[in-house]
Parts: sequence; C-alpha cells; structure tokens
Amino acid sequence: MMSAEPIDTIVIGGGLHGLSAALHLARAGRRVVVLERSWVGRHASGASAAGVRTLNRHPAEIPISLEAMDMWSNIEAIVGDHCGFHANGQILVAEHPRHVPVLEQRLASTQAAGYRHEELIDRAELLRLVPAISPHCTAALVARQDGAADPHRTLQAFRRSAEAAGVVINEGFGVTAVERCGSDWRVSTGQRDFVAPTIVNAAGAWAGRIAAMIGDDIPLGHKASMMIVTERVAPLLKPVTSVVGRPLSFKQSDQGTLVIGGGLQGRADIDRQKSFVNFAELAKAARAATDLFPSVGTVRIVRTWTGMEAKTDDYLPIVGASPVASGVFHAFGFSGHGFQLVPVVGAILADLIVHGATTRSIERLSADRFLRRRAAE
Amino acid sequence: MSRRVDLLIVGAGPAGLSAAVMARRHGLDVLVVDEQPAPGGQIWRNIEAVSGTPRAAILGKAYGDGIDVVRRFRTSGARYEPGTRVWQVEPGPRAYMTRNGTASCIEAGCLLLATGAQERPAPFPGWTLPGVMTVGAAQIALKSSGQIPSGPVWIAGCGPLPLLYAAQLLKAGGRIAGFLDTTPPGRMTAALPKLSAAAFAVPFDLLKGMGWLAAVRRRVPYVPRVTEIEAIGGDAVERLRYVTADGRSATVAAHLLLVHEGLVPTIHPTLALDCLHVWNPDQDCFMPQLDGWGETSEPGVFVAGDGAGIGGAAAACLRGEIAALRIAARTGRLSDAGAAAVAEPIRTRLRRALAIRPFLDRLFRPRADLFVPVDRTIACRCEEVNVASIRAQAAAGRPGPNQVKAFTRAGMGPCQGRQCNYTVAHVLAATEGRTVPDVGLYRVRPPWKPVTLSELAALDTTDMA
Repeated sequence: MMSAEPIDTIVIGGGLHGLSAALHLARAGRRVVVLERSWVGRHASGASAAGVRTLNRHPAEIPISLEAMDMWSNIEAIVGDHCGFHANGQILVAEHPRHVPVLEQRLASTQAAGYRHEELIDRAELLRLVPAISPHCTAALVARQDGAADPHRTLQAFRRSAEAAGVVINEGFGVTAVERCGSDWRVSTGQRDFVAPTIVNAAGAWAGRIAAMIGDDIPLGHKASMMIVTERVAPLLKPVTSVVGRPLSFKQSDQGTLVIGGGLQGRADIDRQKSFVNFAELAKAARAATDLFPSVGTVRIVRTWTGMEAKTDDYLPIVGASPVASGVFHAFGFSGHGFQLVPVVGAILADLIVHGATTRSIERLSADRFLRRRAAE
Repeated sequence: MSRRVDLLIVGAGPAGLSAAVMARRHGLDVLVVDEQPAPGGQIWRNIEAVSGTPRAAILGKAYGDGIDVVRRFRTSGARYEPGTRVWQVEPGPRAYMTRNGTASCIEAGCLLLATGAQERPAPFPGWTLPGVMTVGAAQIALKSSGQIPSGPVWIAGCGPLPLLYAAQLLKAGGRIAGFLDTTPPGRMTAALPKLSAAAFAVPFDLLKGMGWLAAVRRRVPYVPRVTEIEAIGGDAVERLRYVTADGRSATVAAHLLLVHEGLVPTIHPTLALDCLHVWNPDQDCFMPQLDGWGETSEPGVFVAGDGAGIGGAAAACLRGEIAALRIAARTGRLSDAGAAAVAEPIRTRLRRALAIRPFLDRLFRPRADLFVPVDRTIACRCEEVNVASIRAQAAAGRPGPNQVKAFTRAGMGPCQGRQCNYTVAHVLAATEGRTVPDVGLYRVRPPWKPVTLSELAALDTTDMA
C-alpha cells in the first residue's frame, strides 16, 4: 500500500537528529514523515548523557558547535521548553602537573584558530567552581557557557514541536528497503511504503545499513557507551567535569542523581538491537569518579546502561548530501558526541534540502571523505 | 579479582542448599553465596540459632524441618560466603558481587539462581506510610530476632502467609487488632474441584492451613471479603479504612498494618540476563522459561526454588536437586542417562509436592481490583509516581513500560522497579486494552542490587601511578 498524502521528505530514524531535521523542514513548509523502527528516542537519544559541550571539540566541529551553543541558550524559543538545559559550564581537569601541557596546547590551538570559548583556570578557580573536587587537581580548561540538558525532556520537546509543525511520526515502522521510484525514492516498511523526492538518513547505529540501501558504502563502527546513575545526593557540583587521560564525565542531574560516563564501551549486538554493560570496564569510571570526588565513594549506583550509535573512523559525524544518490541526506556517525549538535544539524539539513546549500561549515563532515579514501586504497 | 568455580549458587534457601548438597555428592566444586549472615533463606531464616529453642515451637514444624537441610549443607563441603550481595550476572556465566565492601567477579561453569520469591507488590492508598509493612517482613523479624509488634496489629491480605503469621504471632503472645481477609467470595467453590487430586497427596498441608484459619477466626476479629483498604495518617498510619464486598465500610484506629497478597518469583536476575520469560496465568506473574532441569534460555544458567514458580520449600529442595544433577552431568561427573535415572524418583516426589498448588493458586488468587489501584495510589515509591501519572502517559499514546519510565521516572529508583513493575504493566494494560504479557515489564538496568561507587571502583586494578 502506498501513502495517500504527498510527502516532501522521509526522515528515517526517530532519534533527536531525525526529529530536529523534521522540525526544521516542517517549519520551512515541507511535508515530513518520520519513520521510527521502535519508538522515539529508543537508542542513543534516550540513553544520552545529554552533555551540551563545545569544550575540547574537534576543530572541524567547532563552528557548528558554537552556533548550536547559541541555539541551546535560546532553546525554549526553538522547541517551547527549556529541555532541562543549564549552562553551568563544562570542565576538563588536569589532575597532575604533567597533564597541564595538554590543556595549554589545546588552548593555544583553538586561540590560534580565533576561538575564545575555552579558558585555562588554576587550582584556586577550579576549587571555586567545583568545591567538591579533590584538591590534588592542578588546573582545568573550562567552557563556561557549556552545560547539560535532560535527554528525555529534550526528546519530548523536539517531538512535540515537530508534531505541532505538522510532522507525522510513525513509530513501529522499520525500514526494509529504499529504492528509486522514478525521480523519487520509495521507502518500504513492514506496514506500508512511502514515496518522496528526499530522504534524511538519521538512523543512528543502523544508518550504515540505510546508506548501503541507496548505494553509499560507508565504513562504520559502533559504540555502546556506558553510563552510571546513582541515588540522589545533596547538591555536589554544577559543571560537567571530565579529566585528562582518564575515562570520566561526571555531573549531577536536576533530580540530584550523579550521572557518570566518559565513553567507556560496553558490548553492542547491532542485529538484536541490544547492548550490554561491561562492569570490569565500567569500574574504571567508578574509580576515576571516586579519585576526583572522594566524598562519593559511599553513594549507591542504582542503574547503568549503554546506548548504541554509529562511530566513524575519524570520530566526526557524516552530515550532508549523499555523494552518489541525489535526494538523500545523511546525519549520523556522531561517535558519542552528537547531542549538543542536534539543533544546528537539523537546520543544516533543512538548508540543504530546501535551498540546495548551506552557509554553515560542514565541508569536513561529508561522506566523500570515506568514499574517496576507499577508492584510493 | 576473578575466581572460577564449577557451580556458583546464588541463594542459601531450600533450593540453593539442596542443590549444593547434591552437586557436592557428585564431586563438583561448589560456591554458595547469600545475602544473609546464616543459611536458610527466608523460610528457614536464622534456623541454626532458633532450632531447639522455644521460638522454634512457635514457628512450627515446617520451619523446624529446615535444620536437617542446613546441617547436611554444612557438612557437604560446599564453600559458603554469607553476607554477599550479587548485583549482576552476565552470559558466561559470570557473576559480580560485593562482600565486605569490595566487589569481585566469579566465572562459573554453571550458575544456579536460587533467589526465591518476593511478596507481590500490591499498592493501595497510603501503603507507603510508616507503620505499613508486609507480613513477610514482620515474619522475618519474628524469625531472626523474636520480635513481636508492641501494640495490636491489623493484618490484611490473602494467602497462606497472613494466616500462618497470625497463628505464630498469637502463639508468641502478640496481639492482633483484626484480620481483614481479602480473599474474594466464591474462591473456595472455585478451588474445590482442584482439591481431589491434592487431598490424597498432601493432606498435611491442608490440615495445617485449616488449622491456622480456625485459630485466627476463634481468637481475633475476623472480617471476610474485604475489597478495599486504605491507610490514613500524617507522618505515619493512624487509621485504616476498609470496604467489604457487601459495601460495608469502616474506619478504625491502626498503628501497624501488615499486608500480603501472595508471592511472585524473583525474576530480576533472569530479566537482567535477557532470558526468555513466560506468563503464569494461575499465579498472575512472569517466570523464567525453563526446561525440565531448570535451565533457562541462557546456556549454563539454571533457576530452582520459588524463583522458578511459587511451589513452596519442599518443591524448592527437589528442584534444586534436579538442577544439580543436570549440572553434574554437564561437567562429566555423571552420564546424562545416570542423571536422568537419579532424577526420576525426585521428579515423582516433586509432582507430589506440587499437587496442592492448583488448589492454592485458585483459592488464594488475588482479587482482580488489586492489580490496578485507584489513581491517587503511589505506584513507584522510590520516585513517588502515582497511578494517575502512569495512566496519563497511556492516554497520550500506547507507550510500553520503558517509555513510561523515561517520562515519569517510575522504576528509576534504587529498587530497580521491583516494587512497581507489575503495577505499571497492569495499569498500562488496563488503560490501553492490552494484556500484561503483551505490555511486559521494564528492561532491567544492572546492577539489580545497589552497589556503591567505591565497591565498583575496587574492581578496577589498573595501576594509576
């Protein structure tokens, strides 16, 4: 059975990037359908630590990340809800003097490129910002306008505003095939087929399979980043804290729980759409957390989990038009740091689809870089 | 931090102890870990200390019988590590646990989960007030330290346990303000056809149950056919309101209310392992899908005892022995045919021990209203989410429990959803016109028992210097 109403764009994947693209397209007057295999936010978006971070990003991402930061400061105007976002800063700590040069070099390179969002602070300022941190810590790099949001609240806000803008979200619609249909694309699901001239591939950990359906053979790995959440504790710290040379991202949620990540990897079973925690590995994050915040040792862990997403060889996402299939636009491979980019990447896709181009800097995020590399091999 | 054993048994109740004895008989290297300081599980809690004392007489024969099993376990040669909290099991099988403040990991040839049952969560308005507790918890206090409540208690519920506890409490000199029997009308008539088979097999159990009921009805105010209860109070329960099937309602002073609506298998460990589960319509609960030896869908992981479906202590012992035989055969200590031959008479005794179950399940099946409490009832006590909030989510779409968890925080607290998973499933099923097995339960996010950050940190032995 075919869809009755004409559609301009089919968005494959009901995660945050899919919803953001759908929202921006619908606000530009496009008729958009989102196809989500299970339910909105089922995988990486719902499992995200929801860090809103410009700090220590790859130079290729900095321009769009800074724009995304402006959008986050204004997020209520965009999606009608503050998304639980607080700009309490993100901090990268140097524990020992030998770690300080890492921060100095980083700062020098971003300042040389003309960026001013990062700042090097000494122990005194670090202890002022994060009084609970162990006094052995020496210095830190800070991005004061950074922060963190609430992933579930963000999902609901993007979903509601997308639907309010006219986006039709179909949950339980897994894509089985994507084929040319004249100059349009036909997207088949277990339920019915959808036809539209343009497609957004925001299928997260499974985006490589969607890309292969339209002829883009992009080498992709996977991540199953693990997270720890503890019981609620009294207010302990405001900024999101990470540390040089160790796997740790440490923050306190609005509810008072401690949320601990840092990119440690569990095991992903992509075919079964399941992922599993590896406690021997996760123990490293617990150790880093208790080393940096000695007072939290007795705090009970209530939950751990993993979220699955796609990882590229260079840890940069793929954002932009397919090099081989006209009408197909990719947004995936965020490699563990896509949450902050959600508002801006949706706007970029809308630029590309509505205007055929964008003024935002995405040259180094093109799928070409992998296709070319393969051709050269 | 990693050790290896042939058989790791989690739980030192009837099933775990019996399995350990059987496995040792066939020469396996066996480690039994248990949260409590002494063997016996919940049913035989503290039996080594109590056996032979006057308290043993109060607790009765079924309790006292446990000492034989515990003594055989003590001399079996199985290693035993009490005070150990297992908080995650992984395929392998591999188990993570904490003892004396330090986490460790054990690799096992086979893993037997003998983790028993939990009391069925049965929320009602006011159930989270101090002064409301479960009959099971009160009975544990009686077994482990001889505690009897200082004032008169109200007991409300359905099933053998409230009757047994009431009889024990009276013998121990406790006072009961009243007994609210929530068994629905007509249950005896419905259950009787199931009795013919059971009566010849285990008349003792039936006589025992009738004896408790008679003792309670003779000595305390007894209110049958109670359909609703509510605990009322400010900082603690002060009054108790109840309604009976004929519409009669009363509000009485109450400072301690004990409730119980049956047992359900502990399935967090097998849910965490992603084992297949089946719905048991006779006991209104999920249980792991097991083969005839108690093996789950995860190779090498077995379940015995009430965790395999509520069957009582005698059945638990036998299921433990059957699982141990299969595990012994796995390690080559016994041929498959040998294991089958030894298991045969045990299976006959198991059938006999379970013969009364259909009768009990039918007689003590909870009233239907129990599962979907009124809107103002708290469903998740950890995060204080009420039934109305769950229902509101269902009205906004057809979400499953995991989505409701994300949006309401129900099930995100330290109990890991043990107290609210069935309530959320029932409320969603009722609101969305689905069945509970179709709705399912929350995914279990490990650890299934809380572990502290420093305990987990101790697992990391990387040199940071």
